[in-house]
Amino acid sequence: MSRNGPFALAFNALVIAFMLAPLVVVCVVAFTPENTLTLPTTEFSLRWFEAVFAHPDFMQSFWNSLRLGLASATLATLVAVPAGLAITRYEFPGRDFLNGLFLSPLIIPHLVLGVALLRLFALVGGTGSFGFLIFAHALIVTPYTLRLVVAALVGFDRSAEQAALSLGASQATVFKRITLPMILPGVTGGWLLAFINSFDEVTMSIFVTSPSTVTLPVRMYMYATESIDPLMAAVSALMVAVTAVAMIVLDRLYGLDRVLVGGHR
Amino acid sequence: MTGSARKATPWWLSTPALLLFTALLLVPLLLTAVLSFNVYDAATGPRAGEFTLDHYVHLFTDSYYYGIFWRTFWISALVAVICVLVGTPEAYVLSRMRNPWRSLLLLVVLAPLMVSVVVRAFGWSMLLGPEGLVNGLLGIVGIGPIKMLYTETAIVIALVHVMLPFMVIPVWTSLQKLDAGVENAALSLGASPFTTLRRVVLPQVMPGILSGSLIVFGLSASSFAIPGLLGGRRLKMVATIVYDEYLHELNWPLGAAIALVLLVANLVVMLSYNRLVEGRYKKALG
Repeated sequence: MSRNGPFALAFNALVIAFMLAPLVVVCVVAFTPENTLTLPTTEFSLRWFEAVFAHPDFMQSFWNSLRLGLASATLATLVAVPAGLAITRYEFPGRDFLNGLFLSPLIIPHLVLGVALLRLFALVGGTGSFGFLIFAHALIVTPYTLRLVVAALVGFDRSAEQAALSLGASQATVFKRITLPMILPGVTGGWLLAFINSFDEVTMSIFVTSPSTVTLPVRMYMYATESIDPLMAAVSALMVAVTAVAMIVLDRLYGLDRVLVGGHR
Repeated sequence: MTGSARKATPWWLSTPALLLFTALLLVPLLLTAVLSFNVYDAATGPRAGEFTLDHYVHLFTDSYYYGIFWRTFWISALVAVICVLVGTPEAYVLSRMRNPWRSLLLLVVLAPLMVSVVVRAFGWSMLLGPEGLVNGLLGIVGIGPIKMLYTETAIVIALVHVMLPFMVIPVWTSLQKLDAGVENAALSLGASPFTTLRRVVLPQVMPGILSGSLIVFGLSASSFAIPGLLGGRRLKMVATIVYDEYLHELNWPLGAAIALVLLVANLVVMLSYNRLVEGRYKKALG
């Protein structure tokens, strides 16, 4: 294979720098000892992180986002596993429709979903309800779990299942003891991907959260439109840290390259 | 198990998901479509039983609104073009690297996808501000300071940052299907590297480039946090104007009409990908 020339490598370095610049700058500025958004040069300080943990609004939003991510990812997994089984194991009229429907939140703008759900919640009196918010997030993260569940089920050797069935195991036992353990990496990978996407979501949430259910990204958005100080950088750095931890776990469990580019190395 | 019971099984399995998607996707979209035709009264809000086409007429006759649609369109098109020009060569350069650099740098390019867009928007507002790093660097070479924050330039730069992974992924995927032997054959038969790139590599990654640019265009056109945080109060795009109509003006029917126009435009762009790419290239590439 031919090598990259110096021009190609320089171009690559520029693109990498461009991709990293905003994240690096956020994480470094979070350690500033100053009152303004300046790069710390001589000393580093944790004062803005302490300020975040002492800030009741940000802390409440953080717990909201965490609970919401856990609940909605779990709900999405619970609906995606049986739906994935239906889509991969059965030929039936309406299969393509169901598959398209369950993946559609990927191509419908989140803004439109936010507007539509706000209308529904206003009509049924669910505005500000945390339960409704969980369902709303489950809707937008279901495609991610479904895709990984389907991928796990497609590359699946069914002979062990058939052996168990012929030896008299019930359908339920086969699912619990054979199918589920074999697709578990896809299921847990899908759950984590769903959690990350719920934890980061802002556009839909901004329409359907109320002051008591505001999520962390929505709180940050509102904070940033009014004031810009190192507190925002510290929260952002914490966000990056949470996402990074989730990504490392996802990589160990499932393989990040498989999630991001669909299995091509 | 009887035949009819077996036929029903996939539907039973899909029922939980189907309930969720009916209650929270199909019904709300239908309600919003109805709402967009409701008469709006500034004093009492939308009137349930009375219907009008006014909101849609308004969007395409009031220069404020179609101006915003036009700005959203050209910003998204520009972002898509820049992503093609940067993302395609980047994917190609990465694919020619050796591991571990290849996997590591691919991850660096794609991983920002998973960090909240609010964090990335905030990062760019720090970099592009009057005291920011970019103006600092420009100052060293004697340019500026240039006002970038709260301009279209800032929106385009940040959108390219957010969208670049969506361009690199499909191009990378089509590059993986590329047979290196064909490239080497062209080179050994005396084609210059540039000719090989243009005549052998480029045609084969074209489906990836097309699909990537359509995704980038669609996502840019509906982006909310980037124009909201980097465009300031006056520079609006479609998504931020919908937000204003809903939460500041409280004119829900007009907001619903704008959102639906955006949805239809988006679906047309996204679904045309299938026809364009699959129709034209499946035949050619088998």
